[in-house]
Amino acid sequence: MSARALELNGITKRFGALVANDDVTLTLGQGELLALLGENGAGKTTLMNILFGHYTADSGSVAAFGRTLPPGKPRAAIEAGIGMVHQHFALAANLSVIENVIAGTERLGALALNKRAARVKLAALSERFGLTVDPDARVGDLSVGERQRVEILKSLYRDARVLILDEPTAVLTHQEAERLYRTLRGMAEQGLSIIFISHKLHEVLAAADRVVVLRGGKVVAERKAGDTNREELAELMVGRRVARPHRDAQTPGAVALKADRVSVMSGGASLLSDVSFEVRAGETLGVIGVSGNGQSTLGRLVSGLVSPSSGSLDLFGHPVAQFSPRGFVEMGVGRIPEDRNADGAIGEMTIWENAVLERIGEKRFSSGGLVRRGPARAFAAEIIRRFDVRGGGPDTATRLLSGGNMQKLILGRNLITAPKILVAAQPTRGLDEGAVAAVHAEILAARRAGTAVLLISEDLDEVVALADRVQAIVKGRLSPPIPVSDADPRRLGLMMAGAWDEAA
Amino acid sequence: MRLERRAHVPLSLAIAAPIGAVVAALILAGLLIALAGVPVFEAYRRMLIGAFGSRLSISETLTRTTPLILTGLAAAVAFRSRVWNIGAEGQFYLGALATAALGSKLGLHLAPLVEIPILMLAGALAGALLLLVPLGLRLKFGVDEVVTTLLLNFVAVLFVSMMIEGPLKDPLAFGWPQSVPILADMALPKLLPRSRLHIGLLVAIGLALVLYFIQSRTRFGLEARAAGLNPQAARFAGVPIGSILVRVALISGGLAGLAGAIEVLGVKGYVTTDLSPGFGYTGVVVAMLAGLNPIGVIVAALFVATMFVGADGMSRAMGVPSFIADVIVALSLLTMLVALLLANYRVRR
Repeated sequence: MSARALELNGITKRFGALVANDDVTLTLGQGELLALLGENGAGKTTLMNILFGHYTADSGSVAAFGRTLPPGKPRAAIEAGIGMVHQHFALAANLSVIENVIAGTERLGALALNKRAARVKLAALSERFGLTVDPDARVGDLSVGERQRVEILKSLYRDARVLILDEPTAVLTHQEAERLYRTLRGMAEQGLSIIFISHKLHEVLAAADRVVVLRGGKVVAERKAGDTNREELAELMVGRRVARPHRDAQTPGAVALKADRVSVMSGGASLLSDVSFEVRAGETLGVIGVSGNGQSTLGRLVSGLVSPSSGSLDLFGHPVAQFSPRGFVEMGVGRIPEDRNADGAIGEMTIWENAVLERIGEKRFSSGGLVRRGPARAFAAEIIRRFDVRGGGPDTATRLLSGGNMQKLILGRNLITAPKILVAAQPTRGLDEGAVAAVHAEILAARRAGTAVLLISEDLDEVVALADRVQAIVKGRLSPPIPVSDADPRRLGLMMAGAWDEAA
Repeated sequence: MRLERRAHVPLSLAIAAPIGAVVAALILAGLLIALAGVPVFEAYRRMLIGAFGSRLSISETLTRTTPLILTGLAAAVAFRSRVWNIGAEGQFYLGALATAALGSKLGLHLAPLVEIPILMLAGALAGALLLLVPLGLRLKFGVDEVVTTLLLNFVAVLFVSMMIEGPLKDPLAFGWPQSVPILADMALPKLLPRSRLHIGLLVAIGLALVLYFIQSRTRFGLEARAAGLNPQAARFAGVPIGSILVRVALISGGLAGLAGAIEVLGVKGYVTTDLSPGFGYTGVVVAMLAGLNPIGVIVAALFVATMFVGADGMSRAMGVPSFIADVIVALSLLTMLVALLLANYRVRR
């Protein structure tokens, strides 16, 4: 780690009254894999945007390989060998991989793209760094993980020697994430310098050489990955001790939610087949699985959005005849959708409108076709107070809330009515450590109060912490349940691979 | 340079944006007027006189405002729920035709007090039904309603043409292609004697207020907005999207059809294929200028009508082609889109 690939010196950036970066100094050695850890809003992305020249810092300087970069010039950053992979990819879906990679590198006057030379260079890069992807595939047809590889190749093709990745695993499955980190490790060993931004502790510990923790725009700590642990990093990141809450043993009550050999077909494809499970009052059933194995359909089924093609779903001992979202809400099913932005809330509407939309038909929120805005606002204010939703009042646009606060709003509008069943799909996806602890505490409190909880999650730690029993979902099928006390990582891994007979 | 979304759009900015847009459009159009070799301020003064300079010109401007409020509301209501109804022109014509047919000597022959409301409803229904077809195609098969509503305009106008050349042709019109006229006592009462201004204006303003109330206070208004802003989340919350959009389409098409009905009952008395100088299409501009707000539609419609009526006066006095009105209205839509961007976003370096 002799040469310094990158040096950030005293970077300060203000947005109005908000200080996004406060005198941040940071160095990156050649061949180093550095993690930039921090909660949402800690200033990680701002810092990387300054480094790449998207923003101009109010003060401070950036130097690459010993030469100071002119501020606010992305092109200078590219020429100095810095490449950036954004959280939201900048790829043209209707072009091929190779076209995406070379777009922007050719001179404008050139009449035809020189694809042959590009192909040779791309193949060499793929080979060298283990980034396999078909150069002629249309980007729109690729999986998210493959698209990310294209983004990385794009930077490498421009001769990047420093690579910055913003939340690279936010959109990846567990397996894809592990593969990515193996690739990054290999790239670092070959001399590339890499910074990745993350708020996931286990990733940071497993993948990085060194960790820089950012909080409130300041660098609060710097650790070798080998010299620290999860608890310390969590505390540094949040600024106080955060312990994820624990589950206490309790005896479950009557069966509240039961699926008996339920199958869901759609357009000839089988989304769920022969799924059976039951959840009792005061009990949490965790459903684990690799993303894309039918979790979405399962969540939509128990939220009243899709109906079974065969089999039956019982709520409190009675089979559901009519599947409708409002019917489920009326029967006391609280529903946390897996994608809070797409399903859970309408950003352009106010907090109170989002709080009452799914129960707008209830007498207290509308009568004679007119919305009763007083009670609706009071309901929202009560959710904000009880569930500590920060960032606005009942009349604030919901899009202004952070992810964690939006999730607290969604959780709150369900739990405030003391539902008898709670369906929580990926309840902490994309949340930072503080928000995760808050959401877990609420789910545990609901279970303690006698709610039957169906937890669908890809986060094994979460399932082990919250669930009493675990079932795995693989290609639309559910494994038999095992008690969480028997759930060691090896066994869960086998179950998630579909080998539940061996796991038993 | 980059754009950042503002957390809150201050009220002052929300009001300044359309005013600034109109001023910018007038300045840009002023360049064209100057190119025509005419003093710009004098031309605009003539324009104002043309629109508001006399009792007659004021009544003409307001007469022109009336259908624009209704077609503007038709577009605003639909766009708010992301139903892209570009077919108000066709709906206008079908509404006009239904009203003329039922109100003529071939029609109902009821007492005017009873029949006039029925004729208006018939016009609205004709427009509403025409929009239900493309909406049904979208809900069932995902057919893009921008294309279908737009193309149905031509179908509707050709259908009207066929009817007024055929079964509904006025035999006393010296061979001109125009429909049988409505009975004399079916004409809408005048607001001002010895002018063309009729009570249709009050109907239009009243409907704008009713729509504002529906959108801001009713359950239907809330659900219709949710369905437009994020259909997936609305569906998750149990909003019956299909039936909400059907109701939105009935209102939108109905308003456009009503515009046609009122134009026949209040102004023309019969249907020709040049009954509308593009009221349906201009309604889209009115709705956008108003930021899809029903109250704003009244103001935007008045502005657009002022431009059209005023440009005629300017043209007579100064010799500038009256097409300048089209230029101003088109420019103001463009500047309005820019102004909205600047109001909602902050420019950062």
